[in-house]
Parts: sequence; structure tokens; C-alpha cells
Amino acid sequence: MSSYVTPDGRTIGDVLLEVKNITLRFGGVEAIKNISFDVREGEIRAIIGPNGAGKSSMLNVINGFYHPQEGEIWFHGKKRRAMKPSQIARQGIARTFQNIALFKGMNTLDNIMTGCFTHMHTSLIEQAIWWGRAEREEYRYREKVEHIIDFLEIQAIRKTPVGALPYGLQKRVELARALAAEPKLLLLDEPMAGMNVEEKEDMCRFVLDVNAEFGTTIVLIEHDMGVVMDISDRVVVLDYGRKIGDGVPDEVRSNQEVIDAYLGVPHD
Amino acid sequence: MTATSPVKAVTEFGDLVSLPKLLARNARVYGKKIAYREKEYGIWQEWTWAEASTVIQELASGLMALGVQPGDHIAVVGRNRPALYWSLLAAGHIGAVPVPLYQDAVAEEMEYVLEHCGAKVVIAEDQEQVDKVVEISERIHNLERVVYYDPRGLRNYDSERFLSFEELRRRGRGALADTTPKMQAIVDNSNFDDVCVMLYTSGTTGKPKGVVLSNRNIITTSANSAVFDHLTHRESTLAYLPMAWVGDFIFSIGQAMWCGFEINCPESAATMQTDMREIGPSYFFAPPRFFETLLTSVMIRMEDAGRLKRSMFHAFMKHARKVGPALLDGKTVSGWDRFVYKLGDILVYGPLKDALGLSRVRIGYTAGEAIGPEIFAFYRSLGINLKQLYGQTEASVFITQQPDGEVSDETVGVVSPGVELKIDERGEVFYRSTGAFEEYYKNPESTRDTKDAEGWVATGDAGFIDEKTGHLRILDRAKDVGKLSNGALFAPKYVENKLKFYPNILEVVVIGADRDMCTAMINIDLYALGNWAERNNIAYASYQELAGHPRVYTMIKSHVEEVNESLAGDEMLSGCQIHRFLVLHKELDADDGELTRTRKVRRRVIEEKFHDLVTALYDGSKEVSTETEVTYEDGRKGSIKARLQIEDTKTLAAKGAAAKGATA
Repeated sequence: MSSYVTPDGRTIGDVLLEVKNITLRFGGVEAIKNISFDVREGEIRAIIGPNGAGKSSMLNVINGFYHPQEGEIWFHGKKRRAMKPSQIARQGIARTFQNIALFKGMNTLDNIMTGCFTHMHTSLIEQAIWWGRAEREEYRYREKVEHIIDFLEIQAIRKTPVGALPYGLQKRVELARALAAEPKLLLLDEPMAGMNVEEKEDMCRFVLDVNAEFGTTIVLIEHDMGVVMDISDRVVVLDYGRKIGDGVPDEVRSNQEVIDAYLGVPHD
Repeated sequence: MTATSPVKAVTEFGDLVSLPKLLARNARVYGKKIAYREKEYGIWQEWTWAEASTVIQELASGLMALGVQPGDHIAVVGRNRPALYWSLLAAGHIGAVPVPLYQDAVAEEMEYVLEHCGAKVVIAEDQEQVDKVVEISERIHNLERVVYYDPRGLRNYDSERFLSFEELRRRGRGALADTTPKMQAIVDNSNFDDVCVMLYTSGTTGKPKGVVLSNRNIITTSANSAVFDHLTHRESTLAYLPMAWVGDFIFSIGQAMWCGFEINCPESAATMQTDMREIGPSYFFAPPRFFETLLTSVMIRMEDAGRLKRSMFHAFMKHARKVGPALLDGKTVSGWDRFVYKLGDILVYGPLKDALGLSRVRIGYTAGEAIGPEIFAFYRSLGINLKQLYGQTEASVFITQQPDGEVSDETVGVVSPGVELKIDERGEVFYRSTGAFEEYYKNPESTRDTKDAEGWVATGDAGFIDEKTGHLRILDRAKDVGKLSNGALFAPKYVENKLKFYPNILEVVVIGADRDMCTAMINIDLYALGNWAERNNIAYASYQELAGHPRVYTMIKSHVEEVNESLAGDEMLSGCQIHRFLVLHKELDADDGELTRTRKVRRRVIEEKFHDLVTALYDGSKEVSTETEVTYEDGRKGSIKARLQIEDTKTLAAKGAAAKGATA
């Protein structure tokens, strides 16, 4: 497979992540059944499906929180061995969560700074006395964080404790923290859930801008079909842990099995 | 009746007869002094006059290399940022005319202005603005290039038609050898008669008009107003009001360049308050609405404060109201009062002013609308030298202004230096000044209607000069002052302002011209009432629901009746008491054409749009159903349906009439 340029001028590269025949079981329950798909570099890839289809489990597999019983994950053309989520984060995979997972008592700036820690090299003691190397390092990362704050237009809440922020803004702070890790691959778990139309439009613009400006590959789970069809390059459809569709939005939209899954045709 | 200024106008300008020449002077005299500051990435970035001058030269050179000719128009749109101010100034260096646009204008409004002025280049802040231009680009004919400052999201746009600000600078730097002599010749020849800027008036009626202001207009006005208030190069201001508004052009460009003082651009609109606190401007302008909102938020926060703080605040504010304004005006105040005020300054006023970012304000101005007496008194009692001025785009702002020590909430001050004023027999205010505009662009008819052969400009406002003080007092727009069907005087704005002074009321439209009684449509202030609702456990799901809440109606009714009572005491205006009112289900909005971009009520549009409501106000019905079209921020349209209550209010017989009746 070779790279190509999309109509809006973005370059889609080779396969960055490949999921091969993944099966994930919790006891006797098969949450994910023999699923394979790939994500190409620079792509916005959506995972959709009804509740309980296994979407979040799939993200948890990709970022190493769950270890599948069967199957392989290939990242950057190499087969990945079993790793801790922190090791995977260091490889360049960052994520946001369906139920916001920020430090509520800390302000926006500090929350985003925590996203940089995977890259910091100074020790706890150096950081505690904040001298020399640690000071320089913090300045360097603070500058990076300020660019992200500017990018996501959250200057006005820089010093506000995130617990006091409205939901839509917390989601944005979470995205900012994920970006602070400078990911190659960004996993977004329902970034627009519970938002009003205007907030959704803002979020869509940020997702597209992150992709276009930083060249970040994005995998997102989303329920709003309008959003998914508008912003993603390719869509994977899951239902009851099975893959029932995969392709560009138009293909997926006209796939009978996908329509049935969403309209609720009784399962035999 | 005519009047002139008590302050002598500046007559000596030397070679400082154009903005490019002023810039050269500043780069020479104040070269190492900070000229521009902008908060970005959490840090205040600074540029000296010399640095700014270099960038401006490069931009001008770049524009010349793009083929911009003298006399061409260059539109600039975005929020207040140094780069955009430099763009405006660069135009002057190549003899082009800068046209700043309102950044919140929707695409159609932008289309009219860009087509009308025939802009060749648009310099836009970011993708949001560029996309608006793209949307309308097929219908505007002279536009050749779009320059954008923030490249985000724009990397994939056609690079010949769209180029970045940095690219323009780079090309300009490269072309300097070729362009410098040509630019130097243009700057050397620039003079008072050259067009300095073109500003579109927001227009309460009809299409916006392009007001052409010359270097003479801008520079003499800036110099005169600087003398009036003793402005120096040490002032510091915050540039946050729309760049398309004449006030910002005078304060942030005219006066800043004449005096050589610094302007500070906030990080974003939302951070303006915190940025202002960090800067502590010494010279500050804000519309009455700003001071109103700020006071409302102070009061709400004090309601939530602990008992000790709250009682301290109220006790010292009481004292401040008593002696603060007198101290500010240099009047004699007893030693004890001075001592208590000093104590209050340490405990309350000082910290409060600091929190508001007003602690260093030496001169503060408000204009554009009447300011509530209580609001005005609040700031003055804190020791903030807040004054009023009266002006308009066509006058390059200043017509009248209040001198230090002669400040009142009812008048708008004495005639500004360099201005002559007269009031005709119908009560309309006229002025003639060196700041008076050259013409309306491509509109000789309107120019003739507004400015006569002798140079007198009609303001369209009705007012009179107060005999005792010699200060001008404005009543209302001349065309809005009318009569009720029974012949009583009808001055809607006067009544609206009285109502708007209540924090719970955001906007009012009073109707009554040629009708038998006055009625009102009222907009609630969601911030103030939302807080009140929270404190009183009143649940509501939407603006509309809160607006229609019975307790809100009761509260608004009491406000209206209080205003009726005070109007009854005024012999001239007792006929303007409000008999019936309703609370509107949506906030009046500039996007829906109900307000101008400077947030003035467009009376005719509103009466037409809500004609069903107006009918209901006069036919005696108790409620009315309505459907209103609204425009969302992205330009799409939708509609709101509502059922509105109409409330009758108590009115009083005029006190004057009653007294006469008693003596008869």
C-alpha cells in the first residue's frame, strides 16, 4: 500500500497500526470476536457500533489496558509484545476517556503538564528542588503546553480548577493533555458525547485541526453519525463484538448489515 | 445657539502630518520604548516602536510587491492584535487606504463592505475570517489576495491567492531594495489631505456607509484630545474594542502614535479581564455596558461573600458615595472623612480596583450610550476618574468631553478643542471641526445631507446646552424624538435608559410614537437573573423559560412601575409612562439584525420583526403566540416558538398636572 493525498490536501501514509484477529474474553463472555482492521498514518479512523459492541474494549486493547487472549497488534510495522499501558504511552499512543479522567482539583495548566511526564527525564528529587536540569525541562514543556492551550483556545481557563469547568471544556482539557504527550496515534473515546451542537462543532474542528496541523493519526469512537461521516476517512463498524463493516463513510452508510444493527433487527 | 471649546486647539504640527511620518518620528524619538504588547502563549510579548516600524516597512513593501497601488483599499479583519494594527499602518506607507472590518460580521455584511470599497487585499486574522471571505469571494470583484496571520487550518489553501502574514513579510523583506525608494517618495509626499482610514458606520438604518477620514481628521483630533487630558508617552492602554470602530482607531492608533504611548492586546476576548488586571491601564475607554456588567458581577460576588466582607464592603461603599466624587473633583472634605476614605482605600477600594484592573486608571472614558447614575457614581466614588464624552465616527470621535473636576452623569461635557457646536431651532446638534470627515465613500448624496457647504455636520441627535454649566446634554436621536397621539413628547431612549439601569434588565424597546400610550418589550439579563434564580431555588431549563417565569414578570413589573413613578415627576416626559409590557423570549442580537454591531437597538427592524407582539401590546390581549427566526453563530437559521404574557402596569397622573389641578 502506498501513500495518497485526500481531496482536502492531507497525506495518508502507510499502515501505522494493524489489529490482527483479536479476541478478548472476560470469563465466558467474548467482548471482541476475531477482529482485524488497520489504521493508516495521518488517517482519521472511526469505530462505531451500538452500545456494548466492544468499541471501548477495542481501544483498551490498543492502548494495552486489556490483553487479548488471541491475536496480534502491529505498530510501526513491528509486532507488539505484551506491554503495560505506560510503556505503550511512551511509544506514542495517547488517549482520552469516555468518562472524563482528569485531576479535578488541579488547574487546567497542571493537568495538561501531566501529559508531558512520559517524556520527562529528570528524577523526582530534581523536580522537587526544581533546579538546573529540572527547571530547564519544565520551561521547555511549559512552552509546548502553552502552544497546545493556544491551539485549543483555552487560555481563559488556564488557572481554573478543572472540577469547576463545564463538561464541554473538561473534554477539551482532556484532549489537550493527550496532545501534550505528542502522540503518533491518538485514541478518542466519545469526544463529543453529551455536548450540544455548538460544542460538537468546535470539537470536530479541533479534531480535524489536530490531524491536519500535527499530522496525528486519530482513532475515535463516536455515536453521532453526522460527525462520524463528516470527519472520518474510514469507518469500522462493530456489533456484539463482531466486525460487520469496514470502509469509507459512503460504503458503510449503504451496508445493509450496518443499517440493521442500528435500526435494531432482531438477532436470531 | 453656538459654543466653542474652553481649551485651545493645537495649531503647530510641523512635519507630523501623516501616520507614516508620525511612525518615523516615534521610531526615532521613542525607538527603544515599548509600543505594542500582546499576551501570547501565556507571556506578554513586546515590540518597541523601532521594531514595529521595521515590521510595518516590510509589510508595506510586501503589499507593494503584490501590486497594491496608491488609492487601493486594503481590508483588515480580526481581533485586536499588533499584527493587524501594523497592517493598517502599512497601508499608509504605500498610499493605500486601510479599511478595518468588524470581526463578528457575518459573510453577507462583509460582502457588502468589501464590494463597496473594492478591496484588493484582505488581511485576515485566522481561518474563521478567511473562510468568510472564501464564501463570498465569487461575488466580490476586485479582491486579489487574502493574507492570513494565524496559519492554523490554512496550510492547504491555494498558496497564490492565500498567503501567510510571515510570507508577506518575507517577500517584503526581499523586495526592500526595489520598494524602499518608492515608499520613501510616497511617505515624503504624504500630507494632511491624504485619506488616512475608511471606517464603515454600523448604521442603525440602511446599509453601512464608508466614512472617509483624512490624516488631518485623525491627527488634529488625536493631538487636541491629548492636550485636553494631558496624555503623554507614559500612558498605557488596553486595545480590546472592535478595530473597525472609530474609537479604537483614535485611541490605539491616533493618540498612541501622536503621544508615543503603548497599547496592550489581550490574549483572547475571554481573558480580557485578567489581562487588564495584569496591565493596569492608565488610560481606559469602555462603553457603559462594560461598566454595568462589571458592577453587576461585583455585586453578585459580594452577595456570595462572607458576612464580614459583605458588611465591610457596604459600609465603606456608603462612605465612598458620600465623599469619593467630591475628593476626585478636588472639593473640600473634612479631615475625618478623608481619614475614613483613606482607611476604606486600604481595606476595600484599593483591593477592589486592583481586582477590576482599574487601579492605575488616570483617565477613563465612557460614551456611546447614557450611563446609569448609580453605575457612574460607583466608579467615581472609588476614585476612578471616569468621564463621559460625546462623539461619532464622522467627527473622528470627539465633539464634547468632560474636563477633570466637571463631571456629571447627565451631561456629556464641554466642546472639545478644535470643535464648534451649534444647536438648531428643532434642537438638533451640529458641529464643525478639523476632525469632521471628508465624505461618505461613493455616496455624495448622503455626504450633502449630513455635511453642509460651510462644513457643519448634523449629528442626528437632539440636545441642549445646559445654561448653568455650559455642558451639552443629549436627549435622544432627533428622529426618534416624537409625539404620542395626544401630543405629549415621546423620547423612547430616555425611558429605555431609565429601565436599563436595573441590573435585571439588559435591553428595552419602548414603543409609542403616534400611538395613544407607551408600551415596552424587555430583555432580561440572564447573568443577573440566573444568579437570582439560583439563590431563590427557581428552576429553569432555558432562557425562554426564565424570561416567562411569573416571578420574573413580577420583578420586572415593579421596575417598570418605579420608572413610571419617576417619569410622572417630569413634566415634559410624564406621557412616556409605560402602560403595558412583555418580556421577550429571545435576546436581541446583532446577528439577527436587531442590534447594530455596537449594540444599539434598531427600532424599526424590531417593530417590523415583532409586529405581532406590538399589535398584541395595543389590542388589550393577555398573551400572544409568536415564532421568531434566529441566526446561529455559523450563519444557519432556525426559529423559536413562544407564548408570551403581556402585563398591565400602574401609571400615575403627571405630578405637574396634579399640582396645577390642585391650585385651580
